[in-house]
Amino acid sequence: MRDSVGSVRSVLLLGGRSEIGLAIVERLVREGAREVVLAARGGVDPVPGALTALGADVYSVDFDASLPETHTGTVAEAVALVGDLDVVVDAFGVLGEQSAYEADPAAAARAAAVNYGGHVSAGLAVAARLREQGHGALVVLSSVAGVRVRRFNYVYGSAKAGLDGFAQGLADSLHGSGARVLVVRPGYVPTRMSAHVAPAPFPATPGQVAEAVSAGLRSRATTVWAPRVLQPLFTGMRLVPRSLWRRLGR
Amino acid sequence: MNDEPASGRRTLLHGWGRTAPTAARVVRPRTAEQVAEALSRAGERGALPRGLGRSYGDAAQDAGGLVLDCTGLTGPVRLDAARAEVTAPAGTSMDRLLTHLLRRGYFVPVTPGTRHVTLGGAVAADVHGKNHPADSSLGAHVRALTLVTPDGRTRRLGPGGEDPDLFWATVGGMGLTGVVTEVTVAVQPVETAYMAVDTDRTADLEATLELMADTGHRYSVAWLDLFARGGALGRGVVTRARHALPRDLPPRTRRDPLRYRSTSLPVPPLTPPAGALNRWSVGAFNALRHARAPLRRRGQVQPVGDYFHPLDALRDWNRMYGRPGAVQYQFVVPFGAEGTLAHVAERLSRARVPSFLAVLKRMGAPTPAPLSFPRPGWSLAVDLPAGLPGLGAVLHGFDERVLDSGGRLYLAKDSRARAETVHAMYPGLPAWRRTRERADPGGVMVSDLARRLRLL
Repeated sequence: MRDSVGSVRSVLLLGGRSEIGLAIVERLVREGAREVVLAARGGVDPVPGALTALGADVYSVDFDASLPETHTGTVAEAVALVGDLDVVVDAFGVLGEQSAYEADPAAAARAAAVNYGGHVSAGLAVAARLREQGHGALVVLSSVAGVRVRRFNYVYGSAKAGLDGFAQGLADSLHGSGARVLVVRPGYVPTRMSAHVAPAPFPATPGQVAEAVSAGLRSRATTVWAPRVLQPLFTGMRLVPRSLWRRLGR
Repeated sequence: MNDEPASGRRTLLHGWGRTAPTAARVVRPRTAEQVAEALSRAGERGALPRGLGRSYGDAAQDAGGLVLDCTGLTGPVRLDAARAEVTAPAGTSMDRLLTHLLRRGYFVPVTPGTRHVTLGGAVAADVHGKNHPADSSLGAHVRALTLVTPDGRTRRLGPGGEDPDLFWATVGGMGLTGVVTEVTVAVQPVETAYMAVDTDRTADLEATLELMADTGHRYSVAWLDLFARGGALGRGVVTRARHALPRDLPPRTRRDPLRYRSTSLPVPPLTPPAGALNRWSVGAFNALRHARAPLRRRGQVQPVGDYFHPLDALRDWNRMYGRPGAVQYQFVVPFGAEGTLAHVAERLSRARVPSFLAVLKRMGAPTPAPLSFPRPGWSLAVDLPAGLPGLGAVLHGFDERVLDSGGRLYLAKDSRARAETVHAMYPGLPAWRRTRERADPGGVMVSDLARRLRLL
């Protein structure tokens, strides 16, 4: 349960190996969280020493984003381990390469199924639990890629656009339930997952994303951008005419 | 409410500090039978009684569970003058009780700093007042109470009854042993509804403590200006009082010496986003309040409400802290640990924390209740804006000092302590748990506070 000064006790990370996700978890542990569940395919073993060194009890559960029928069970497993879920960070996803997706439509559809459909089942499973317990926050890692889809990564971007819309709708459906959703829109974050992508302007580190999430959870924010400058930037980008937009390299 | 579904209406609840709301189904029982019936319908997330919501933190919340709004437990207040006791339904407010008693020449044995609490809530928190050294906390004056437990049983408990352990587990038990539906409490005769108040303005903490150590007055309290720095650290205004006699009153007032008015001014129902309390407004307010207090005044006549419940003059004043809400940090340390008081005052003063409410009280003999807060020593209560950056870490630092000094935190105020810390502060917790389990083997009674602090 979030306390009056914004600390939480338990955190569930869906996408237990996500660098951004782990940075958020570490930040929450530094701020007082004591129980962490990392959910990833095959479990996470060994668990990151940084979290245990900070005094957290870290558990791991098996979680396959591509198997939506298992997601309710994954949430139940986490609850069995730590009780109420104070914060759930939904950080899983695959980035892939647009050119490879164009050559393999089936692979593109599988990636989209994880990047959108996986979050729908996981998000609804988490929301049901948060509604039942009457409190808690779901942090959804969206992306600026979904704010306006660009030609160089439209498979990924369109799934993020769907996820972003889903998360906003879920947030509204949870209004008054005691639970909330925080949508996070990072820009380019250099991590293992994005290693093959050319750097973009206004990059953010996983730590900066974590800081933005922490601040967002303390306030009543529904959306946070990392870095913050991306909000006005992308508001402007939405107005760029299509003919110009499709010529933009990145 | 007639259209209330039997399973209750889902409502967001928070404490007086307006922090960390959670949702629960809320029902409003009118009788002990309805309480028992509601408890029997509690689901997996348990049930909890709630009074007027004056606990600062999460003591009267049960996320996802069933909350029994006990303000509907009202009815006739019965004064037994021969036995000098009063019996009232647990939803009766202290305000209503005072109205009833003062007119008849009686006063409550203990009143907290607000009269907008229910009798049941006051017992559950074992509230104390400005007369703690002389009279202990409310629990010491409770002759009997009716407790409805989740198994549907209704028990009449008292300190000398057949289950004194359950009685003392209920006193200060934060509503976790069952639902108190009726309370019989001793009353004291008074001749007027006024207090004769001695006021002293003090120059520093030492002077404040010295005046507060004087045992010549039944009631005493000090307001501290935590904005003052250096040599003026801990300066304040000490007000000590006794119940006024008719001869103390000016002639006009003497005509109706038991007249009691409960009035309050509404604060606009707006919550300023950032709060109206910042270091400038509070600094100015505190300086003015200190400067305006008389250096020394004796025997000033004040209505009981002005002396005991000054903040009740403003309704919903907690909104002034804005959206982030407020935290109240209240602790007690034994006599001899004045260093801890000075440390806390100094840290807050150095951080320029905008706190306009900092109240120092002396405490005396405790009740046998395992979870009751008061212990002999000094109690300091400080209101703090919850949104202050770094507040969590500062308060955890204070917790360590308080624990090391042999002190403890007040559960009715807490909204952020760690379970381990509170367990160490309340050595009676294991015994309390055993008694509680006897009354609630199914583990129905639960609160957000109990979950956070792992009390059960």
